[in-house]
Amino acid sequence: MSSSLSLFIFLLLAAGSAAAILLVSRRVGRRPLTAGKDVPYECGMLPLEKPDPRFFVRFYKVALLFVVFDVEIVFLYLWAVVVRDLGWFGIVEMFVFIAVLLAALLYVWRKGDLEWE
Amino acid sequence: MSREILAGIVRIVLIFSVLMGIVAYMTLMERRFLAFFQIRKGPNRVGPFGLLQPLADGIKLFFKEDMTVSHANRFYFLLAPAVSLVSVLACFAVVPTSPGIVVADLPVGVLYLLAFSSMGVYGILLAGWSSNNKYSLLGGLRAAAQMISYEIPLALSVAAVLVLSGSMSLVDIVKAQEGLWFAVKQPLGLLLFFVCVSAETNRTPFDLLECENELVAGYQTEYSSMKFGLFYMAEYAHILLASCLVSLFFLGGWNGPFLPAPILFLVKVFLVFAAFIWVRATFPRVRYDQLMSFSWKVLMPLGFLNLMGTALLAVLAG
Repeated sequence: MSSSLSLFIFLLLAAGSAAAILLVSRRVGRRPLTAGKDVPYECGMLPLEKPDPRFFVRFYKVALLFVVFDVEIVFLYLWAVVVRDLGWFGIVEMFVFIAVLLAALLYVWRKGDLEWE
Repeated sequence: MSREILAGIVRIVLIFSVLMGIVAYMTLMERRFLAFFQIRKGPNRVGPFGLLQPLADGIKLFFKEDMTVSHANRFYFLLAPAVSLVSVLACFAVVPTSPGIVVADLPVGVLYLLAFSSMGVYGILLAGWSSNNKYSLLGGLRAAAQMISYEIPLALSVAAVLVLSGSMSLVDIVKAQEGLWFAVKQPLGLLLFFVCVSAETNRTPFDLLECENELVAGYQTEYSSMKFGLFYMAEYAHILLASCLVSLFFLGGWNGPFLPAPILFLVKVFLVFAAFIWVRATFPRVRYDQLMSFSWKVLMPLGFLNLMGTALLAVLAG
């Protein structure tokens, strides 16, 4: 059996079991609910307003930095597998690349974007 | 031909069932171990040594009220726990327990792992966002920021392993450790990996997304019944995955003396899991700003250093 077919069956099994668990729980779970149980939890208070969908800009900065560095790491992966075959050429090429990355990290650091304040 | 496919399906179902069984019993193991750390007994009433406890918990959760919070986005509210669980379970397809026992030995196994394990962020973020609760939203955002921050050093420490193994297939990575475990060549990598997966799985020193005393369990506040159960299964499956990966990448997988391969591998996995429990029982939770700056300012430079040093030594050694 080819590995992609096995993989597909395994994924189907995982998704199927998650769906089955949710369905069974819906069928056998107790109901109807008593009034007020479906109110968002607020330590006993009734919520005054809906949660604000806006979020702190800090989260946005982290997401941006993540995208920048994570894309670079995709290149590092391919390089890491073949670096022993590439020899010194691969080392020099990639160290220049990593140096640029670290310079970017240093810049972000000095700019204070790594501070959580 | 069809017999072969049938045999393959039976094998996959068997692997899947064993996996789910282990995940269920990890909850018991963790509760018992934590109890011993705190000098109490832990759950020991259901069956001998409490061995039927996971079953009882499961049945109880099935019969609980299946609530959906008012004004929640129903579709995503239901989808979130399923995404969490499926994304973690999918990773186990490439995890080998011995040379023969693996669902699919992909040549790009490590990339597949990283792709699926980072999908888990979607489950948590969706759960927080669709719950119509400010604590959940905050917990979900925190979780997403934490998980993506620790993913970069994690990926860097795995890249150093790839330099040594020269292959992304997990079976090949284990075969490359037949003489010497990578833990010896990669002590810093092992440490980085261990810390990062602790953060990725939201274990105690880094469990800021749950924080029961500030965020009332964060993204899962509004979840009840088996929807909540799915999140817990996902969490334990994620810890099991982390333990498996530490064993495969650094502790030689099934290489070693005395025991047959799959059993030796499982022994290593449970020892690593015990280490995770030990860490949970020992360390207090870190502050959120410390958590974020630790990843970006300490782990990430160390990760680059480790990768560059490994590559340099690998080329020097030929």
